[in-house]
Amino acid sequence: MTNANLSSEAGYSHAAGIFLNAEFMNDLRLQMIKFARVQVRDEQLAEDAVQEAMLSAYQNIERFSRQAALKTWVFSILKNKLIDLLRKEKRHTAASQLEDGPNINGEELIEKLFNEHGHWQKNERPQKWDNPDHGVENAHFWRVFDACLNALPEKYSRFFMMREFLEMDTAEICHNEEVSVSNLNVTLYRARLRLRECLEDSWYQKEKSS
Amino acid sequence: MMSCHQATQLLSEKLDRPLNTKEKVALGVHTTICPPCRRFSQQMEELRSISKRYTQDPDAT
Ligand SMILES: [Zn+2]
Repeated sequence: MTNANLSSEAGYSHAAGIFLNAEFMNDLRLQMIKFARVQVRDEQLAEDAVQEAMLSAYQNIERFSRQAALKTWVFSILKNKLIDLLRKEKRHTAASQLEDGPNINGEELIEKLFNEHGHWQKNERPQKWDNPDHGVENAHFWRVFDACLNALPEKYSRFFMMREFLEMDTAEICHNEEVSVSNLNVTLYRARLRLRECLEDSWYQKEKSS
Repeated sequence: MMSCHQATQLLSEKLDRPLNTKEKVALGVHTTICPPCRRFSQQMEELRSISKRYTQDPDAT
């Protein structure tokens, strides 16, 4: 690798400290692989994307003085690589072929949430979101969020992640996944309905219900 | 008058495309008089900002 861009020896050794922290680097790698795998189902392609993102971080080592900065940067590289992969790959598992999966989805979900006039059922109305103040750490919230995301049918979480994590626009997702705009809109709507409810029940309202 | 089902669907679509004037007015009227949908609207914004933090927060993923 070139070291022509190294601004100072001190900056370098500080950044190198992050890269030499084996535990942090390994955690970061596992997080990236997990993130890549849910979106690109080919394991090898996902691993390759992670490696390339890691490598380009290493080539820009002098930029990072904090772990958080490295993480943000390496994930934005990874996101771009995943988008490229999704674009290139004419998917053998196009989302249009994915099942909605078990659990309450589609029309059933709408009937559970709204009455015959389309108004909220009394016990399904959104509640105020207060962060629980029993001193839980941030990491706990993300575990709940992950669990809610994993509980979604595959097609829902896939579209949701493309839109919200990879920040692809709707035209691009429709083109890539061969679905109509209205199909995408309805799927994103249902994914958000379920995520909203799951977060409310499992995080924001947890104290009141248990 | 728009139903809550229709309002929430538009509140979701608002995150994916610009709403037209007619939709904005109808939605505005509905959320003014419907507290649950007003709350839903804030929570959709919150869901988006949570998603943005997902790949930035050192504790996440
Ligand atoms: Zn309403």
